[in-house]
Amino acid sequence: MNRLDKRLRAEKRFRFYGQFALGLAVAMLALLVGSIVVRGASGFTQTQVRLPIAFDPMTLQLPPGSDAADASVSSYQLLAQASLKAMFPEVTDHHELRDAYHLISGNSGAVLKPVLVRHPGLLGQTKNVWLPLASDADLYVKDGMPEHTPGGYSKLNDKQIVWLKTLQQKNLLRSAFNRSFFTQGDSRSPERAGFLAAMTGSALTLIICLLVAFPLGVMTAVYLEEFARKGHFVDLIEVNINNLAAVPSIVFGLLGLAVYINVMGLPRSSALVGGMTLAMMILPVIIISTRAGLSSIPGSIRDAARALGASPLQVVWHHALPLAMPGIMTGTILGMARAIGETAPLLMIGMVAFVADVPTGFTTPTTVMPVQIYLWASSPETGFSEKTAAGIMVLLVLLLAMNALAIFLRKRFEVRW
Amino acid sequence: MAKISAHNINVFYGAKQALFEVSLDIPANSVTALIGPSGCGKSTFLRCINRMNDTIEGCHVEGSIIVDGKNINAPEQDVVQLRSWIGMVFQKPNPFPKSIYDNVAYGPRIHRMAKNKSELDAIVGESLERAGLWGEVKDRLQDPGTSLSGGQQQRLCIARTLAVNPEIILMDEPCSALDPIATARIEELITDLQEHFTIVIVTHSMHQAARISQQTCFFHLGRIVETGATSKLFTSPQHQQTQDYITGRYG
Amino acid sequence: MKIFSLRYPLSLTLPHKRGRNFRNIFERIVRLLLWLAAATSVVITLSIIFSVLIEAIKFFQLVPISDFLFGLEWSPQLALRVDQAGSSGAFGAVPLFLGTLLITLVAMAVAIPIGLFSAIYLSEYARRSTRNILKPMLEILAGIPTVVYGYFAILLVAPALQKAGASFGLDIASESALAAGLVMGIMIIPFVLSLSDDIISAVPKSLRDASYALGVTPSETIKKVVLPAALPGVMGAVLLAVSRAIGETMIVVMAAGLAAHLTFNPLQSVTTVTVQIVSLLVGDQSFDSPKTLAAFALGLTLFCITLALNVLALMIVRKYREKYE
Repeated sequence: MNRLDKRLRAEKRFRFYGQFALGLAVAMLALLVGSIVVRGASGFTQTQVRLPIAFDPMTLQLPPGSDAADASVSSYQLLAQASLKAMFPEVTDHHELRDAYHLISGNSGAVLKPVLVRHPGLLGQTKNVWLPLASDADLYVKDGMPEHTPGGYSKLNDKQIVWLKTLQQKNLLRSAFNRSFFTQGDSRSPERAGFLAAMTGSALTLIICLLVAFPLGVMTAVYLEEFARKGHFVDLIEVNINNLAAVPSIVFGLLGLAVYINVMGLPRSSALVGGMTLAMMILPVIIISTRAGLSSIPGSIRDAARALGASPLQVVWHHALPLAMPGIMTGTILGMARAIGETAPLLMIGMVAFVADVPTGFTTPTTVMPVQIYLWASSPETGFSEKTAAGIMVLLVLLLAMNALAIFLRKRFEVRW
Repeated sequence: MAKISAHNINVFYGAKQALFEVSLDIPANSVTALIGPSGCGKSTFLRCINRMNDTIEGCHVEGSIIVDGKNINAPEQDVVQLRSWIGMVFQKPNPFPKSIYDNVAYGPRIHRMAKNKSELDAIVGESLERAGLWGEVKDRLQDPGTSLSGGQQQRLCIARTLAVNPEIILMDEPCSALDPIATARIEELITDLQEHFTIVIVTHSMHQAARISQQTCFFHLGRIVETGATSKLFTSPQHQQTQDYITGRYG
Repeated sequence: MKIFSLRYPLSLTLPHKRGRNFRNIFERIVRLLLWLAAATSVVITLSIIFSVLIEAIKFFQLVPISDFLFGLEWSPQLALRVDQAGSSGAFGAVPLFLGTLLITLVAMAVAIPIGLFSAIYLSEYARRSTRNILKPMLEILAGIPTVVYGYFAILLVAPALQKAGASFGLDIASESALAAGLVMGIMIIPFVLSLSDDIISAVPKSLRDASYALGVTPSETIKKVVLPAALPGVMGAVLLAVSRAIGETMIVVMAAGLAAHLTFNPLQSVTTVTVQIVSLLVGDQSFDSPKTLAAFALGLTLFCITLALNVLALMIVRKYREKYE
């Protein structure tokens, strides 16, 4: 009986280890996602200050009758600064004034200009406009405006804190949805940094990747599954595909660098090269899933078609491929999901530069979402941290959607043989 | 002259030989039954006639099969063409996962037998009619072929085969997956069809062979033991082995 | 003697005679295209090997291969003058290999116990409903891009470790091997879990039934029957996980250090092969500078090692499969 007790207790312990391990794994997942959501949520909001802006033609250096668009963005910035100065008339010292000006975003001019362009009648008038705060001020407010500046992270001095509190008390601050995150590209100032350039770049790169990998992958799988005779060549191809599937992604980057950029002279950091590099990486995924789809079709269908006089190509085109299509689609989507998150190979082909403009074509310098995330994560400014997390959230949502689509396709079109 | 004439057929799967010096004449517009115990090569021989053995890796065939005076194994013979003259119905019904109409229309479509939709409709209708299925499906031609019962599916497969207007129909145990009522219907169908087609049927059931065929051929371990008129073979077989098989000594 | 061939069109009686010649030619062209597509995968592998090999060879003409493989000092910044490269021994990759090994070990110490035990629990103990929820959830972990893990490392893990270490009086670097290895381990958990689950499920039920019928508890069955049967497969899975860890880039680029310290202390900062490849190639330099070439030499080493591991894993798994089929 004693022995049995020991064994039963050992059983309970073992079972507990399993539960513990599982719990640990789930907890880590929750921690990972949770910490990023907590940090990233604030990246989607922006603290704004309502200032009365006097659209003074003299400051804008606009002679009467000229177009609002002719004035430079920096002169619109002066309007914002003038308003701030008026808000705190007691500040006279030159350096202190500059500190006050640093409370609002250095890109406020870019926000003001379209206002006047759209409503030219405002010239000479005053209007209340919500302007974004600069990164440090923005973060401070989001943090709940603690009494003392927390050690290290905030670069605001005491005076700036007092001013912010004043603005707060006058109800001139609000938290608004950060539209610029989705409408702007990267920026040196964190409060204006946006994800659009990266999102567009990812889309362009994925298009190229799909255009290269899908036909090649499906055709290879069709050849291997339907036409190839057993032999050394086929074995060689299969071994190759399995090896390619296990090569670290960074090696594909080296290949892209050596062949596409150095030998073929294609433009660095472009969606074209990025897409081609990623295509080689996900080729095995598409091949393997297409083959799986094709081989799951029972031979009786093929026999029936052949017995009717269909040529091998007709058998594939009329019967095998259409029936295998759900599996092929699922595999392709999963391959795309992998490609969209890859960073290392794209770093190799040059996507490390600061790219602020939204890419216009397949050959212009591009960045992609994971690279943008990496660049933001490596930036010293604290304001980029929430942007990084926000960008990660966008990427994860996209990935979730793609995986859900793949699962939906699989369930919906699953044919039971 | 016989419709199909096989001379000294030897079939190898890799190194293993499955058929040994098989020679057989099959007359036109009749039903020839191939009987014998499992694994004795009946299906292998059947598949030689429409060269379905080509699709099996490692299988090669020696000897000659002459159909309508033409050697089907000649290099100039296009196998795809061949299979539109010689149709095949399989053991387990295998309709395409398409509509009933598309199942039957598939063959005519790829062989470009109809110039327009109404011609195609006519071919489909006539084939279904000949297969004895038209009455049951004429209102639901767009339903999937797989929604039919087992017996109906097999008749659909027969209709599909008829649609390409073959002269020869090969049947590999077409009723073994069906219940007795469905089997009876198909046997009826075969008897009707033999007027216009040459039918070779592999069957496990001697009774079936006795019911529907004019000529029967008994296979054993890859060789033909005896061939003859059905009635004679079953009442007075010439070889002891045939006698033993028929009376159920082994099988 | 093979008689069948599908090569030549035939004169015939059916109406679409002319069409058939065309069809045959068309089919042959399509077949050729398909063959070319299939050959592309071979071309890609050859290109990888070729291009990396060429650059690596150029490198080994500057720095002798023994210096590279066995040298103990890695400071590529110093060796900017070609004549300095070989002599100062500044391209000794041993610190990199050790750093990679250290982080990999930490990662395996995390991933294998958690992954294996979770897989055991999911396949042997858990209810169907639990399994159907948890397995996909954990597979989500597998789909998270590695750059996210890297950010997680610098956001939470490294600072937390530092603080924890400080409270114990330990000095943990901000870019410690422990932090990087920990996060990498988390990343590999779903990989180990998924592979182990497949392998354990493949052990036939009949073996388990036989054991239970003898009055053996589930845990003993697992320890004495299932796991030994699954052992080769699990070993293969471990090798594949190691290969994955060695080739991983973003987590270590973000969480591990750049300076090549020669140490086996996980509390210190080390650098890895992949980090150095990135650091050497990022930035504008001419394609033939020793730094760029060194990156290719490292890439070649990485490729060879991961290839060897994968082949080994495959051989072990294949041997295992033979036992049941």
